[in-house]
Amino acid sequence: MASKVVYSHRDPMLKKRDDFEDMLEERRTTSDLRYALKCYTPALYKGLTPCKSSELKNMVLQSDQLLYVINQLSKETGTSTDEIEAEASAILEEMAHRLQLSTVRFFAFALSKVFKTVFRSICVNEEGIQRLQQAIQEHPVVLLPSHRSYMDFLLMSYILYTYDLALPVIAAGMDFMGMQIIGEMLRMSGAFFIRRSFGGDKLYWAVFSEYVKTMLKNGYAPVEFFLEGTRSRTAKSLTPKLGLLNIVLDPFLKGEVFDVSLVPVSISYERILEETLYARELLGVPKPKESTSGLFKARKILSEDYGSIHVYFGQPVSARSLAEGRVNRSQFNLIPRHIPRKPAEEIQDFVNDSAYRLVRAQEENMVLKPWVLLASLLLQNQAAGNKQGMQLEELTDQAVWLRDLSRQFGAFLHWPDNIPPSKVVSCSLSLHQSLVRISEGRVQLTLEQGGRAEPGLPLPAVTPEEELLNRAVIILSCASYRNQALHVFIRPALLASALHAASVNRKQEIFNTFSFLRNMFSDEFILRPGAEVQDFEEACYLLVKSGALQINQQQVLVTDRGHRTLAFLTSILDPFVQGYQMVCRFLCEEATEGLTEKRFVPAVRKFITKHLLSGRLKYAEVLSSDLQKNALAALLRLGAVQRLRGRGEQGALKVNTVMVNSLEDTLGGKLPTQKPVAARL
Amino acid sequence: MASNSSGDSSSRHQTARHRLSVIAGHLQRPADSNAAVLAVECKAQGTTPNIRTGVRSEGRTVPRRRQEIMKWNGWGYSDSRFLFNKKGQAEFTGKRYRLSGMIIPGLKDWLESTFGASLQHKAPATPILNSSAVQPPTVNEAFVEELRSTGVPFSHEAEDRVFRSHGHCLHEIFALREGKIGRIPDMVVWPNCHNDVVKIVELACKHNVCLIPYGGGTSVSSALECPPEETRSIVSLDTSQMNRILWIDEKNLTARVESGIVGQDLERLLNESGYCTGHEPDSMEFSSLGGWVATRASGMKKNIYGNIEDLVVHIKTVTPRGVIEKSCQGPRMSTGPDIHHFIMGSEGTLGVVTEVTIKIRPMPEYQKYGSVVFPNFEQGVACLREVAKQRCAPASIRLMDNEQFKFGHALKPQVSSIFTSFLDGLKKFYITKFKGFDPNHLCVATLLFEGDREKVLQHEKQVYDIAAKFGGLAAGEDNGQRGYIMTFVIAYLRDLGMDYYVIGESFETSVPWDRVLDICRNVKARIVRECKDKGVQFPPLSTCRVTQTYDAGACVYFYFAFNYRGLSDPVHVYEQVEHAAREEVLANGGSLSHHHGVGKLRKEWMRETVSTVGMGMLQSVKDYVDPNNIFGNRNLL
Repeated sequence: MASKVVYSHRDPMLKKRDDFEDMLEERRTTSDLRYALKCYTPALYKGLTPCKSSELKNMVLQSDQLLYVINQLSKETGTSTDEIEAEASAILEEMAHRLQLSTVRFFAFALSKVFKTVFRSICVNEEGIQRLQQAIQEHPVVLLPSHRSYMDFLLMSYILYTYDLALPVIAAGMDFMGMQIIGEMLRMSGAFFIRRSFGGDKLYWAVFSEYVKTMLKNGYAPVEFFLEGTRSRTAKSLTPKLGLLNIVLDPFLKGEVFDVSLVPVSISYERILEETLYARELLGVPKPKESTSGLFKARKILSEDYGSIHVYFGQPVSARSLAEGRVNRSQFNLIPRHIPRKPAEEIQDFVNDSAYRLVRAQEENMVLKPWVLLASLLLQNQAAGNKQGMQLEELTDQAVWLRDLSRQFGAFLHWPDNIPPSKVVSCSLSLHQSLVRISEGRVQLTLEQGGRAEPGLPLPAVTPEEELLNRAVIILSCASYRNQALHVFIRPALLASALHAASVNRKQEIFNTFSFLRNMFSDEFILRPGAEVQDFEEACYLLVKSGALQINQQQVLVTDRGHRTLAFLTSILDPFVQGYQMVCRFLCEEATEGLTEKRFVPAVRKFITKHLLSGRLKYAEVLSSDLQKNALAALLRLGAVQRLRGRGEQGALKVNTVMVNSLEDTLGGKLPTQKPVAARL
Repeated sequence: MASNSSGDSSSRHQTARHRLSVIAGHLQRPADSNAAVLAVECKAQGTTPNIRTGVRSEGRTVPRRRQEIMKWNGWGYSDSRFLFNKKGQAEFTGKRYRLSGMIIPGLKDWLESTFGASLQHKAPATPILNSSAVQPPTVNEAFVEELRSTGVPFSHEAEDRVFRSHGHCLHEIFALREGKIGRIPDMVVWPNCHNDVVKIVELACKHNVCLIPYGGGTSVSSALECPPEETRSIVSLDTSQMNRILWIDEKNLTARVESGIVGQDLERLLNESGYCTGHEPDSMEFSSLGGWVATRASGMKKNIYGNIEDLVVHIKTVTPRGVIEKSCQGPRMSTGPDIHHFIMGSEGTLGVVTEVTIKIRPMPEYQKYGSVVFPNFEQGVACLREVAKQRCAPASIRLMDNEQFKFGHALKPQVSSIFTSFLDGLKKFYITKFKGFDPNHLCVATLLFEGDREKVLQHEKQVYDIAAKFGGLAAGEDNGQRGYIMTFVIAYLRDLGMDYYVIGESFETSVPWDRVLDICRNVKARIVRECKDKGVQFPPLSTCRVTQTYDAGACVYFYFAFNYRGLSDPVHVYEQVEHAAREEVLANGGSLSHHHGVGKLRKEWMRETVSTVGMGMLQSVKDYVDPNNIFGNRNLL
């Protein structure tokens, strides 16, 4: 046990962040038309070999990589290479973007109009823009925005166009293509479309990866994609998907480019356009298929106030420096580089680790609005059973306390300090009238169907289930705001929960419990694999610094003023702890032989609804299918549940009841952490 | 410069003369009066050579006291150096080279604009060797006594010892210029023949003396550095006086040569008999046959003549275990692993090469330079690859990148007439304006063809046709020849740079064809990035050229140099950058070395290069051949 580890983290409070500029301000004063037709001359990559998108396709189809795969497939299947080439060409045709400046100009014009109506401001850190401009000239650039809304990628292109930066090509899911005209317009604004799943299709993979690599290597355009793979419906960052990151790192690892700059971009919405849509999706109301007509129906959005957007272009991360000392690049010396190979374990670990680092870099620069803190407090209050809501003054007091705490934890909080806190609170509340209301000086969530008919919500419910569902929509919507701050609190919260559960003071035991929880929740939150000790030390450091804990060689002691902090942190994690327990209980009590992954969510939802209605469970947010799926993923990962192969399409699940039971008890603090944890302090 | 004299090779003597004029072509300024240059005039030594084989000929380039003709703290002959004259123009002194006595008007601007150097900021070298800075020798009295009785000459003089304590790595020369002298040999011996070497090695074993073989002293791998931890008496075994051609066998086209002969002497003497080896490493003025064998050297014209391993038929080496040699001179043998390959590349760790049978060829009848301009480096590399694929590489083909092309331009001597400068202007206009080549991207390949006249012309056409497919334009013989002249004077140029705070060096690698462009780009970029990271105040020169082509790859040469003003420990920074560059080379599929060798400079990467088992194999050979580490230069392993 080495608790005398020198804390090497920089003080989060000292984290230097750039200032923002509102880019809509100029749009409100000058002509949108002139702006859309402005002279656009971005700085380009210094090693650029200029080419048209048709030439680009030829380069892809003629590449050694693709030709190799085509020959292989021809040998395997007996199909002629010509046929396969034609197939490859068709895939590419379906995939490729057709970036056109005129379309971008059209979007620039149209979006200016929309943005000005819907948003108060779009704030961008201009220093980040300057860094990006530099980076684009030096090395091929990969833009990695967070993904919370459909808006994200149009917004990105809009910003880059505005600041005269090279327009990116964007990896988009095929589902967009369903939206007829819009799909094509997106294509012309730089989107290229990839199928959601093509696991076994070697040809598709070869075309796709070669297409991306060719654009990257030639410096054709910055490549943009979402590390999280899809929009996060919960506003928590999602576990990164590695496919595209693998592809864009490959040219560097194989020495085809000197370096690749990875630029994490954090887009934070004060109010998410898809707010209740997401909540309903998580509750099992299926997601409406993307369609152009659907988009027009969504135009009622135009009449609402969605506050501001903050876009933070992070420090470009050099792939080279990420790989420094981690990857031995000479491993590619002995096999021709165009022959596809499964990446070695070393490479996989490296890509995975890099992905987590990049997602954390996104998280760190997410701007948090005061409302995020208010939502956290209101949810906790609600869960504590206070049906009446909170006194406005009390809420303000607590919010100020939480503001200070989150700042100590390094949150990028936009709390205007020049305005009295009560004003800040009431302003925040007013923007979220659909979720919260003030009556008689008390603030409460709009859980009861009052006088206001909520747009997008069904008419007053009849059955208790329906009523519960309606309440859950509000709670999940609120939770999605609280979730925005989870990355700030998660490590201290894991420690607080570990303290709570371990009910001893010995540091080693607390670390064991911390590790257990961290491991349990590593599908739920962004926790970099293998960083237990670092995370633990970070949590200790933050809690000691905020005065909540005292830590010596062997013991962890809670200070008098620490109880409040720890209670808050424990409660923040509590819905997840109880949710996972619920899933465990379901699997032990109700999982039948034939339970499949497909049927898991509806079944567990039914089980949880029952518990909620009976009052044995207080957190309606446990109804979130996201949480349920994450819990299952964790149990699968830990081996407590197994997928049985070969029983129909959807693998059946086999539950190890003893193990699931003991996991549930350990989560509940009834059992001490059993497994000796490999990592020692 | 093509040698245009007729192909009528009636008399051998005439051929020899012709051949000499060719060599002189790239070594020496043309003689004013005489069209056919005599061998004597090629080199500084004025005495008439005696070409009877088997007898020591007088007038060899390298005297026992090297200090008589060579610099003690820089490259080459004492009388040849670059300097800025009173008018601030660069000038190359002496009479030995084509460039000698000429003004090079572009050099000052190039130096200033490339490095941010200034003539005002000078970093002069210590002018003379201060003997008091030299540690007194550790003398093994018993060894010296017995050696004296054999009659082999030796010396304890400080100058002699210092001269043999270094090669030409930057850090070695930098230290000398600052008058800093570390561990150096305690004495120098000059064996005269194989038997002398046998005696010396026997005595060294008997008295436990450390031997370090010394040939031409042109190492760039720290191979000649004395290990500072060595406590035994270190004896430098200088082979320079073993420089005879023992016999020439015209039936088999081989020659038996003592290992100490330097390249230019070997060629000159063979030329007198109408032959050549065709082995022309850039260091051939000073490097020795034994050194080539010990480092696996490569020559510029290897496409026709082969590298040293292709040229060598028989090697005799004296080791602590005895003499190792093969019993016959068969052209190829299937007798287990080739023992020659333990010797070639052993870098003086196993013994001393004393005699070598080397292949010889009749001197080529005709020689022609050429050059091709490409719109960019990528096209140039593609062309070289195609030439290699068709196996029609000329004797030499080298591709310089844009920076080197500019550098080559800066080295253009003052033109003699307005007409020439007008022509130059016209050429430049044609290439950049008419053909649309970007002067900041175009690059040049230099060519050297050799053989009989008809074939050369045919060959030339074939190569130019290939080049045309890759957008290459023939750019004349002059440009080609200038490229090869640069090879011989570039080492002198480093000394000039060092006078003005600019340090630099070259290093090389070999790499598969598909990696050539990647390695060039990445290593150059790595150098730039590392210089920036290490606080170098000025952008460095980071440039490369492809110098050899093979079926499966190419040899790439990198040059890098920077202005070190403002750095407290420039050599350390330099070494860090070079280290990083080598890591980059290895990460990009390049080899540890194509022909410079490993020495002590690149030892740390040997294990990953040849695998642990490979290291064990090499080590076990060393352990058997030299169990007491008599050949203790600690290179390679």
